[in-house]
Amino acid sequence: MTDVIAPPGTHEPTELHLPPEVPLGDGHEPHGGHEEHGPTGILKWLTSTDHKVIGLSYMITAIVIFYISGIMALFMRLQLATPHSSLLTFSQYNALFTMHGGLMLYLFAGPFAFGGLANYIVPLQVGAPDMAFPRLNALSYWLYLTGSITMLLGFFVAGGAAQFGWVAYAPLSSATSSPGAGPDLFLMGIALTGFSAIFTGVNLCGTIFYLRAPGMTMFRMPIFTWNMLVTGILILIAFPVLTAAVVMLFCDRHFGTHIYTATGCHLVNGHAMVSCGSPLLWQNLFWFFGHPEVYILALPFFGIVTEVLPVFSRRPVFGYKGMVFATMAIAALSTGVWAHHMFTTGAVLLPFFSILSLLIAVPTGIKFFNWIGTMWHGQLTFTTPMLFSIGFLFAFLMGGVTGIMLASPPIDFAVHDTYFVVAHFHQVLVGTAVFGGFAGVYYWYPKMFGRMLRESLGKWHFWLLFIGFWVTFMPQYVVGLLGMPRRVASYPSNLGWQSYNLVSTVGAFIIAASFAFLLVNFVVSWRKPIPAGDNPWDAHTLEWFTTSPPPHHNYTHLPPIRSERPTWDYNHPDALTVPHGKGVHTNGKANGKVTASV
Amino acid sequence: MALGALLLTGCQLPTFGAYKGATSQARSTFHLWQGFFIAGIIVGGFTLLLITWVIFRYRRRSDEMPRQTQYHTVTEIFYTVVPILIVIGLFVATVLVENTVTAVEPNPAAKIDVYAFQWGWEFSYPNGVKVIGQTTDAPTMMVPTGQTVRITLRSYDVLHGFYVPEFNFSRYASPGYYTEFDFNVLHDGVYRGQCTQLCGLYHSLMFFNVRSVSPSAYRTWLRVTGAYQRTHPNSIGQLPADLHANINGTVPSYSGNSGNSGNSGSGNTGNTGGALSGD
Repeated sequence: MTDVIAPPGTHEPTELHLPPEVPLGDGHEPHGGHEEHGPTGILKWLTSTDHKVIGLSYMITAIVIFYISGIMALFMRLQLATPHSSLLTFSQYNALFTMHGGLMLYLFAGPFAFGGLANYIVPLQVGAPDMAFPRLNALSYWLYLTGSITMLLGFFVAGGAAQFGWVAYAPLSSATSSPGAGPDLFLMGIALTGFSAIFTGVNLCGTIFYLRAPGMTMFRMPIFTWNMLVTGILILIAFPVLTAAVVMLFCDRHFGTHIYTATGCHLVNGHAMVSCGSPLLWQNLFWFFGHPEVYILALPFFGIVTEVLPVFSRRPVFGYKGMVFATMAIAALSTGVWAHHMFTTGAVLLPFFSILSLLIAVPTGIKFFNWIGTMWHGQLTFTTPMLFSIGFLFAFLMGGVTGIMLASPPIDFAVHDTYFVVAHFHQVLVGTAVFGGFAGVYYWYPKMFGRMLRESLGKWHFWLLFIGFWVTFMPQYVVGLLGMPRRVASYPSNLGWQSYNLVSTVGAFIIAASFAFLLVNFVVSWRKPIPAGDNPWDAHTLEWFTTSPPPHHNYTHLPPIRSERPTWDYNHPDALTVPHGKGVHTNGKANGKVTASV
Repeated sequence: MALGALLLTGCQLPTFGAYKGATSQARSTFHLWQGFFIAGIIVGGFTLLLITWVIFRYRRRSDEMPRQTQYHTVTEIFYTVVPILIVIGLFVATVLVENTVTAVEPNPAAKIDVYAFQWGWEFSYPNGVKVIGQTTDAPTMMVPTGQTVRITLRSYDVLHGFYVPEFNFSRYASPGYYTEFDFNVLHDGVYRGQCTQLCGLYHSLMFFNVRSVSPSAYRTWLRVTGAYQRTHPNSIGQLPADLHANINGTVPSYSGNSGNSGNSGSGNTGNTGGALSGD
């Protein structure tokens, strides 16, 4: 039997973390002597380098942006509810979908995960007092906030916000085709938030590599932390490329370079001559960022779900190491699949990018079976975070299956840039960033604020979102197969597209209604707090060992860390992880393998 | 192998929402789609069943501590190897169809240069015939049925997407380089097309049509139109009604000086062009 948990005797707790003398839980005393003596109130939010304050700032900003961007989506759905709607002008519509995509992808999904949740949770999960570079962390947030405001300011300049789609394809994004300050603000917003993401990536890697508590070996890290490490590495691979590409685009727009323009090209037998820019270069650079970015957006949320499912199944993560290697495999493959966004350019090697894209299904499938295996033989309780995680499984399954179809170039030829693709990536991104993300919000809210969110309101939120999700996006697959292109502000009335669009619009408003319940839930929890205690979910990982909310430097003492779920081990010494075999069935004594493993 | 069998028997299967395909290339893509869809139903359905099963079977019934096992090597190997095999199968099918769809013949029967621009299309034939139209005046590309048509695709300004839904095919028109592809339309008919790649303000309105007619009618149309355009050098791609291949009934506001102009305002709809049948 190979030992999965470390063999006995290694990494015994040292003087750095005394085994606690008092049982934790309800009678747990607040840790004295560690209160923050710095500024309070608004000054605290403006000056803090505490990862928890910065993490919360990130999350609040990201959720505000999520709501703004969601309202933009509602306007677009209203426009498309009828074929020749005059609600919005073409120009307004083009600006709305550009900003909707830009806000959701650059400013919500990523920063919410790696700037918000990871910032708050990762140091707690590895037993660190803060991030590795607290001031750099603060700089990240302020760059992010400035970048977000910069991007949003596009709406208030002459000519309006950028209208070239969130991908800013050259040469539509050139100064000739898209003049004005709006596009510049969009690009500068990307550059600023790009630096913010790079700094956060450095910080995450530094924290996870160097600030783990004694006993927290790499293979005892929670999956969320593992995923954030891999995300951090992916950020360092992808975001510098985007930031550099955006700066070059800016040079094209203002300094007379011709990096992405075909101007001055002379075609000789169809081949461009030297000293000639290439619009295709933008696509290559953009998607070299853009596809790892998809996993930068997805992996953190995979991590959240992998925290939630075991806790509410009362089981360890099934196939923990397989999960870790699957995450690494996804990250590795994700750097070699960018041109599957460019199948229809006629200028990429189709089989190469096709097989790498298809292969991503393998580690993703492993994750699915890990999640199912975690629940298998469990005792499942359907709290709000658990419901959101299960919602994620259904949503991501559908988005994943259609993703496999799109990885095949001929099928991509048939549906590229249609609503089929729109439905696919919304199911993936809503599945991960929204179902997964808000699973995280419901799960960690008690830890962050020491108070519970209401279960009933949470379940209203979940069920409306879940219904709205399918009603919105399933018709889009159908209408995409019928040939409706994306990014159109109007469509012919004689093609049978209208009813599908109408249903989709209704679904969007159901989703919008569901998010009203989240706001109400926040308000109720502040007006009439229900104290959460340290560990309301009987959760597994280290962050549930400290108080809710955690003190300034997170921990005064730590439990022994002998597996990836130290808090569970501490609270359930008779139900430790068994690598193989049947293990514990009852509350009785653990079998021999357990003691051997600890 | 199972997939290959599916590909062969594909015609009897449901369409799963897709177009069967109006070209021989599109038919291959359609059969691939059916194969992928069925594979998706099987794999996705199996996973869905497993998820649903655990949700109902393992809902909390007591305070009994569940087993705390973490690994099951055989299962793990199984769910790693089987997806790899499925992926290999899907990839082989993909490559076979992809090679059919992207193949270009050495000697196509018809060669058409397509130029996309903001916000319209120009179809240029070897004998000098040009058909140009934009936004509300969608141009129509005339092609011969059953013969290989070679499209050489370029753009004058920004990226565009040449997309004919019933051909199950789209390709970017890009400035700076050109791409080529072939199609063989199976039956006479009119197939709507539209720009799919965001290209600015009026992207939503960048329509065109492909009209497929018998090879003899195609040759006649080409000859008659060529003669017309040589004698009317100012027509810049606008055709009189009886030559205009637009089937949607949107006859362009042709104000030419030819004798044919008398027909133009009369809303010549449906199967236009008496000239086409007169070969």
